Amino acid sequence: MSGHFIRTALGAAALAMAVGAPVAAQAEEPLKVGFVYVSPIGEAGWTWQQDIGRLELEEALGDKVVTQYVEDVPEGADAERVIRDLAQQGNKLIFTTSFGYMNPTLKVAKQFPDVKFVHSTGYKTAENVAVTNARFYEARYLAGIVAGKMTQSNIIGYVGAFPIPEVLQGINAYTRGIRSVNPDAEVRVIWVNSWYDPGKERDAAIALLGQGADVLTHHTDSTATVQAAEEQGKYAVAYHSDMSKFAPKAQLVAVTHHWGDYFTNAARQVLDGTWKSDLTWGGLKADMARVEGFGPAVPEDVRALVEEKKQAIIAGTLTPFDAPVKDNTGKVILESGTFDDDALNRMNFYVEGVAGKLPRK
Amino acid sequence: MDALAPLIASAIVAGTPLMLAGLGLLVNERSGVINLGSEGMMLMGAITGFAVTIGTGSFTLGFIAGALVGMLMAGFFAWLTIWLGANQVATGLALSLFGVGASAYLGLPYAGESLLPLQFGIPFLQDIPVLGPALFRHHPLVYGSLLLCVAIAWFLGRSRPGLILRAVGESPSSAHSLGYDVRRIRLAAVLFGGICAGLAGAFMSLVYTPLWVEGMVSGRGWIALALTTFATWRPFRVMAGAYLFGGITILTYHMQALGVPIASQLLSMLPYIATVVVLVLISRNAAWIRLNMPASLGKNFNPNV
Amino acid sequence: MLRLERRAHPSRVMAWCSPVLAVLLTALCGALLFMAVGKDPVASLRVFFFEPIKDLQGWAEIGVKVAPLLTIAVGLSICFRANVFNIGAEGQLVVGAITAGALVLYLDDDGNGGAVLIAVALLAGVAGGMAWAGITAFLRDRFNANEILVSLMLVYVAELLLSYLVHGALIDPDGFGFPQSRLFSDGWLLPIVLSGTRLHIGIVLALVAAVVGWLYLSRSFSGFKLQVGGIAPMAARYAGFSSRSSLWISLLVSGGLAGLAGAAEVMGPIGQLTPSISPGYGFAAIIVAFVGRLHPLGVIFSSFIMALFYIGGELSQSRLGMPSAVTGIFQGILLFALLACDVLIHNRLRWRR
Repeated sequence: MSGHFIRTALGAAALAMAVGAPVAAQAEEPLKVGFVYVSPIGEAGWTWQQDIGRLELEEALGDKVVTQYVEDVPEGADAERVIRDLAQQGNKLIFTTSFGYMNPTLKVAKQFPDVKFVHSTGYKTAENVAVTNARFYEARYLAGIVAGKMTQSNIIGYVGAFPIPEVLQGINAYTRGIRSVNPDAEVRVIWVNSWYDPGKERDAAIALLGQGADVLTHHTDSTATVQAAEEQGKYAVAYHSDMSKFAPKAQLVAVTHHWGDYFTNAARQVLDGTWKSDLTWGGLKADMARVEGFGPAVPEDVRALVEEKKQAIIAGTLTPFDAPVKDNTGKVILESGTFDDDALNRMNFYVEGVAGKLPRK
Repeated sequence: MDALAPLIASAIVAGTPLMLAGLGLLVNERSGVINLGSEGMMLMGAITGFAVTIGTGSFTLGFIAGALVGMLMAGFFAWLTIWLGANQVATGLALSLFGVGASAYLGLPYAGESLLPLQFGIPFLQDIPVLGPALFRHHPLVYGSLLLCVAIAWFLGRSRPGLILRAVGESPSSAHSLGYDVRRIRLAAVLFGGICAGLAGAFMSLVYTPLWVEGMVSGRGWIALALTTFATWRPFRVMAGAYLFGGITILTYHMQALGVPIASQLLSMLPYIATVVVLVLISRNAAWIRLNMPASLGKNFNPNV
Repeated sequence: MLRLERRAHPSRVMAWCSPVLAVLLTALCGALLFMAVGKDPVASLRVFFFEPIKDLQGWAEIGVKVAPLLTIAVGLSICFRANVFNIGAEGQLVVGAITAGALVLYLDDDGNGGAVLIAVALLAGVAGGMAWAGITAFLRDRFNANEILVSLMLVYVAELLLSYLVHGALIDPDGFGFPQSRLFSDGWLLPIVLSGTRLHIGIVLALVAAVVGWLYLSRSFSGFKLQVGGIAPMAARYAGFSSRSSLWISLLVSGGLAGLAGAAEVMGPIGQLTPSISPGYGFAAIIVAFVGRLHPLGVIFSSFIMALFYIGGELSQSRLGMPSAVTGIFQGILLFALLACDVLIHNRLRWRR
């Protein structure tokens, strides 16, 4: 499936070059763009959404770009080699799509100053290294509103991978969304310590269902959680991708990632020579995170409420973390204003409404 | 307390693939052959079962296909080790490695696909409060695995062919001089091990999490291998070990959800540590171990020498 | 029909030819595989076998992969020869990385470092790996707990321990909550032996380990006792060789070497502690040990081949669009081919009516 696309892209590029050659002035070598994926593309999940972004890039820029990717690259020493290889092969824009690639990307970037690198979910930039991430937590807040309205047992389950700030932002924003419409609901979290282990995700999902949760969500890469909910006739909020084809009755809504516009813009900027290294953290407004895929069970008034809140977030009049923010021991973390990016990136607590305790650092 | 029934139910389901694979390996090892290929066989069983079920719509055919693939892989292993005399440990590892890669490759068109699982329940028994949902709403293969355990225990302990199998495992040369075709018997044991591993894999992709992702067996093949040692090669202990392991895993999730203030990674260590602790407790008697491990385990036998 | 006949003496010629034959057989199967998916077999094989070593950079990258594989495989060769099945080298690698990394983080003040301190940190890694393997040895020695099970379970425990530490005690305080430790400062990173590449001193240590391992097995009495204990335990006992000391030696040595490999990985190419420091080297080394026929010098060859396959598989993805699964398939075929060809060392093929 992917090989076919590469061949198509290469074929298009070759044709373009053959045809374009006599047309002297504007004809250019297509921009080679490389992608490094941390897991196989599959059919849903983090890498799947990254790859959709890549395909959107190809579609938008046609024969001006040629893309290639390497999937399932483990974080660690191997990543550096793969990134360097892509650079050596002539890719001038390389997207490294997992936080564990951060230091390898920086090391290779030093050696290839004329190649632009974009690292997802990291925090270190360099002159030729930009960072991108999406404010999924904004969409999580909206999803929380749906969950809070639809739950009847008032117990909401969350299957998480690792207790890192990004995941905690999601949990906390979700909980805030739930509590904004349903102050009695409680969120319970199970950490499976893996981004990708459907067996464990399912076990965790079933454990949560067994404790009475009737809405599940997850911050892991497979569809197991959502399917467990479907099986037992409960609800779920999908993550990364719209999973309604896997859980037609259970999915209330999906929090999805969209990278296509960002990728296309970055490529355009490289082509124009206007690319600059920066830290892009786009949310609902930049359309990098969305809530979509509303399920049949969600009534019109809930959808309308979500839309209303979404517009408020986009307009800047509402954030998921408007003060006061208390953690779940009752301590006030934020008295006024809202969290800035720095605070969000250092998040290491549970808000009020989440059961349990995070391991203290 | 109404978390108890789902907890027991999940523990049983979690333990079933371990038990199925473990029982097959047990028979395998009782004949003196150690097959480290269980992870690869389970994965191939998983993808084959999944692909066939998607293609034909029949879960039964899927299970049969998974079992057959496991058997085929085991057959290849048997040919290399029993007839060609290759080192069993290395060949088994190669089988696992190959199975991991081949299943990922074959599974590419099915990545992320999933099936709607079937619901099961034993009529009448399934409605008993607590015990009903805990014990009587499982897939037939769960009960099948229990029956298998009993059958194997009877086979090994009380039947003549079982006795012969054990003799082959203890001393192939003696069995050979008594006129038994050691290689054929070992072949049968290895094939049986493959069928069980294939079924266990198909169970993973058709019942446990009805979807396919590469590597979805996630090390359960290795755990099953470890469990046969833990069980000192006795079928009921394989069952106990499988449920113990599965049960503790599920329990740690419940503990997390209830907010027990221990780091999740430390909680996740529990099933592994528990397995080691119980192993230590039951292994203390050296004579007991020697009594139970098939003496010729891992050594090849050549009738023509 | 073709029959296998046992040879009177193992064939020397085949012993040398067999690995070569196995690689050729793997290449053939690979060509068929590539054709079956519609790729040009010759071009594909070139990518897989030659592309990784076409320039100095390529050889250096192979070396970076060979270093941990070889280090661990030497230890495992010794261990397996004693019939002690240490399946947990991956866990010992992780613990070695933890102890070395923790020491570095503790002592690193951004200006110090240097040869002596690096050596100390590497030794800490060795000690960590030894200690972890020592648990397995102790439980087997004292309680007869089977080492396959214990060492395997301890792998998972070690990985969870690493995760726990990089999320908590060892986390980079300026790292925005990322589960990673601080980067080790330059003075603490392993010196590079080939400038312009990532090839670090770990490869030298690995080769030294191979030679020392070979000397140990072939020239020392202790090594002799260990091997006899593995081949003929009854005879060994009769001769008074202690199976207990063989057990401890083999586990401590293989654990220590695995720990060294782990320490070298985090002080070399990775430069910090992260949750995923090894793509399964401890398990791959088991295969490397067997392909190298449990001979410390033989594993030099097999670790090279294995590293070649890893990188060739990676390159097939980006050059040919092959899926990542192709690496595992090739490695499996290689091992099968080798095992089949090895049969010809002790047996010959004869055409009989």
